[in-house]
Amino acid sequence: MTQQQKRKIEGCIALTLSTLAAFLGLFWLVFILGDVLVHGMKALNLDLFLNDPAPPGIEGGGLRNAFVGQLLITLSATLIGVPVGVLGGTFLAEYARGTKRARIISILADIMVSVPSIVIGTFIYAVLVRPVGHFNGWAGAVALSIIMIPVVLRTTEDMLSLVPWTLREAAFALGAPYYKVIIQVVYRGAATGILTGILLSIARVAGETAPLLFTSFNNSFFSTDMKGPVSSLTVTIFQYAMGPYDSWHAQAWAAAFVITIFILLLTITGRLIIKWRYK
Amino acid sequence: MEVQVVADTTELEVRGLDFYYSGNIHALKNINLSVAKNSVTALIGPSGCGKTTLLRCFNRMHDLYPKNRYKGEILFNGTDILSPDTDLIDLRSCIGMVFQKPTPFPMSIFDNIAYGLKLRGIRKRAELSERVEKSLVHAALFDEVKDKLLASAYELSGGQQQRLVIARALAVEPEVLLFDEPTSALDPISTAKIEELAGILKKEITIIIVTHNMQQAARISDWTGFMMLGELIEFGKTDKIFTAPSEKLTEDYITGRFG
Repeated sequence: MTQQQKRKIEGCIALTLSTLAAFLGLFWLVFILGDVLVHGMKALNLDLFLNDPAPPGIEGGGLRNAFVGQLLITLSATLIGVPVGVLGGTFLAEYARGTKRARIISILADIMVSVPSIVIGTFIYAVLVRPVGHFNGWAGAVALSIIMIPVVLRTTEDMLSLVPWTLREAAFALGAPYYKVIIQVVYRGAATGILTGILLSIARVAGETAPLLFTSFNNSFFSTDMKGPVSSLTVTIFQYAMGPYDSWHAQAWAAAFVITIFILLLTITGRLIIKWRYK
Repeated sequence: MEVQVVADTTELEVRGLDFYYSGNIHALKNINLSVAKNSVTALIGPSGCGKTTLLRCFNRMHDLYPKNRYKGEILFNGTDILSPDTDLIDLRSCIGMVFQKPTPFPMSIFDNIAYGLKLRGIRKRAELSERVEKSLVHAALFDEVKDKLLASAYELSGGQQQRLVIARALAVEPEVLLFDEPTSALDPISTAKIEELAGILKKEITIIIVTHNMQQAARISDWTGFMMLGELIEFGKTDKIFTAPSEKLTEDYITGRFG
């Protein structure tokens, strides 16, 4: 066999293996999405959004409590996590730019991004659930916000660093104080990037179950009281999927469908913003 | 009544200026020069000679970075602007700056120019509109943008953006305008427009320009300073520097023997 033939065969093998690997990954993704779509669509109806759960074993009912609870927890987490993340990122990229301190915090944030969410859940359980004595919605929101903060912080830092330094100098040269330079010029320049980061971080936490199991837990009744247990879609899916009733399984599929679509839409919006910004 | 126009009064006087980057890099060595009011002063010299460093002393741009240190004084309207008591916000509204690359802010053309005005507390829409228009006319940009004042400043061409930045600096009515190689990123036509503008603007303000282009210095400036390795080798009337320089180094540089 000549050298050239050998190379051709090697090339073929590499191409085949990498294509197979790509398809294998895609196959499961499509399979999961397809399964959720098929089963979810079947169980999807208006009652799901308008009614609260029926007593166990009885047909009918909906998941209004879980939808509202999920929204409440995610919204509260966003309200806590986004300001902290954006301000922290601003500190790193502006006031502490290039310092050792900033680098250490950046690295710690990167590590935080990959901390298993169940660890964060147990941590919040120890500080916000045990002392209070019962599960509560605020603990869930704080747990999710802790997952959001490093994501938002790092995106903000990166996006602000992309704004050319000369733009800041130009604003300084007009006599602007630093905080006005940041708010009026730098934030504007980085707005779409930061917004994308926020959207993606919301998508990230909207699908979390583990941290909520230990914190907001679940509630079979409609409740907007964040001081008590609050239902969420993800925990409901967990509970219903494990449950013995077929109607629960169907509703778990529907809930999975809705949350998948929600996260998909958020992610697509995020991508579209990036594309629109850099076209 | 006769109005007496004094041509060569001093706007800025630099006395024994030394400048150190990050505490110990000696970038400017004992600079002495006076900048005449309503004139264009050009600073020329090879790369790294300190001309931009000197320019950035006039609006204390170096203060943005830690450990930079000035020694000596720069007198502006009788006070030393290098003194720690100087209000940098006031100073920078009197002494504006235009950079090498156009630096439009990510906002509309109107808002770009209104930015400095708003910083100074001007909020009334009518007054803003009037002064934005005036500055745009001043910077010879008004006719090109009058129909799209609310469009993003990024839609303009490089040359237009640079004139926009000049208009933005002019809007706050500075006494001095510092130009840091304002045309090095522009095409010849845009360059000509900005050079022409400098000639018109000097009737009202004082201009100091750093340039790598010696023809440009010769064309537009009244005074020229030649710098090398952080020292001001020669300073004088532009005609004299370019025709009969008194220093050998100056002559070598402008005749292209090095640099």
